[in-house]
Amino acid sequence: MKKRIMAAALVSLCGVLGLSFATPSLAQKKDETIAGIEKYREMLGDDNPAELYEMRGEAAWKKPAGPNNVSLEKCDLGLGAGIVKGAYAQTPRYFEDAGRVMDIESRIAWCMMTVQGISEADMRKRPFGSADKPSLMEDLVTYVVTASKGFKIAPPNTHPQEKAAFELGQSIFHVRAGPYDFSCATCHGQDGKRIRLQELPNLTKAADNQRAYIGWPAYRVSTSQVHSMQWRINDCFRQQRLPEPKYMSESVNALITYMAVMATGAEYKGPALKR
Amino acid sequence: MKNYLIPLAVLLVAGCASQPTGPEGKLRFAIDSMKRDFQAKGIAGMDRLEADKLLQTCNQTGNKPKPDVAEAIEAEQAVAIRLPADGTHMGDWKEGEKLAQSGRGMTWSDKAGQPNGGNCYNCHRISKNEISFGTIGPSLVGYGKLKGTSLEAQKNAYSQIYNSKAFSACSAMPRFGHVGALNEKQIKDLVALLLDPESPVNK
Ligand code: HEC
Ligand code: HEC
Repeated sequence: MKKRIMAAALVSLCGVLGLSFATPSLAQKKDETIAGIEKYREMLGDDNPAELYEMRGEAAWKKPAGPNNVSLEKCDLGLGAGIVKGAYAQTPRYFEDAGRVMDIESRIAWCMMTVQGISEADMRKRPFGSADKPSLMEDLVTYVVTASKGFKIAPPNTHPQEKAAFELGQSIFHVRAGPYDFSCATCHGQDGKRIRLQELPNLTKAADNQRAYIGWPAYRVSTSQVHSMQWRINDCFRQQRLPEPKYMSESVNALITYMAVMATGAEYKGPALKR
Repeated sequence: MKNYLIPLAVLLVAGCASQPTGPEGKLRFAIDSMKRDFQAKGIAGMDRLEADKLLQTCNQTGNKPKPDVAEAIEAEQAVAIRLPADGTHMGDWKEGEKLAQSGRGMTWSDKAGQPNGGNCYNCHRISKNEISFGTIGPSLVGYGKLKGTSLEAQKNAYSQIYNSKAFSACSAMPRFGHVGALNEKQIKDLVALLLDPESPVNK
């Protein structure tokens, strides 16, 4: 039932947005887009289409799968085997068994490989889904992060490798490269800047990191799907005109560690609804 | 592929053994990590991670090179500017406006061989009546009224778009002509957008 209401809301929102993108005046365009999102929020009440991902994710989490035919319920997300509640809020962190710092997606993938026996090649096949075909990871990650609703962001940042990851992330944030000489800091290094009408958080500051970090993963209205933080970083490197960072690579995890540590203390409210 | 499961070996090779210290060491470690962790995609090759001398200096100094270093860089970038051989610098402002509006080009999802946009509105306010503009760069509203249309003013605007770093060593603005993102005709159209008295920038 809920599902059907959301589907209906989605269709009507697409109508609103589709219409607004066809109008010539950008002023009007912005107003209509915002009005569209507001109307959409109203229709949904407290609901967010990410809930569908969460429900599917929970089912997938508990269902035996992979060559070992076991569920992910034994997965240790950092707070002990089987504990999902609050675990996301304390990532990225160093995992002894893996010998590296992992963000939540890397850890879920680790469990798919080590607990369920899924091959790395299979795990990497389709990390980012599409509106009509979300990826398994998007479902799982939405389920896991939602279980941290109400928790404060608190990555440990105590193990030497966690500190090294923070530093690496901070350094990468400032590396300028590519045909346009951009770094993350070119777009996210000053207060109150915009690209077109999109406000850019100053990710060198705690307050903006807190706001930005708890916004991800997010259900994005413009793409009609849930996107993860790994996707967010991937797409910003695309905008930076660089080659592609490998999924869950140390560089991406370091950037996520940097932002998570900077966002420490922010209350996580579950997947956000975004433009 | 394998390195995901044997990270310790990778870490030892890549840096754990020699935890980087100092700004230089950290920067080198960051770039080495990126070279290891990125892959070419579409038109975005791995060569894009190779910084030229200018970017190396900007990265090493947090975009604040010493004044004499900055001056030397600016001079070096300036001599590499190719002004149009036919001696004209102003094209069609209407085409310039279209270019300024377009943010496409140079990403791994763009096709090879398609003309790039100018991205100008991503960072600048330009025409008064366009309210969707970014604020990383200064407003250019009334730019032509301020600068006039003398040959000098035209050459300056052309050079600024061709290579911003000739004016400010570590400018946030891309070097559109220097890196071949925009061609001569495109830059001329943009100069017209900025300077032509008929352009909405100056109306
Ligand atoms: C060319 C400009 C540009 C560069 C370079 C860039 N970004 Fe972004 N970034 C944006 C824009 C524009 C948005 C907003 C996108 C939207 O609203 O759809 C954004 C959004 C984000 C967000 C989400 C903010 C929020 O509140 O939801 C994060 C986090 C982020 N970027 C991180 C990074 C990191 C890390 C890098 C470097 C790898 C980077 N960005 C490089 C333009 C850029
Ligand atoms: C990533 C942001 C960015 C983009 C994209 C960009 N600029 Fe700039 N631009 C700047 C900044 C920042 C400055 C301030 C001076 C400096 O640091 O170089 C500037 C300066 C200028 C100036 C000199 C202003 C003055 O005070 O004399 C002109 C002219 C200009 N830009 C034109 C353009 C045009 C035309 C385009 C599109 C082809 C463009 N810019 C694209 C960031 C940008």
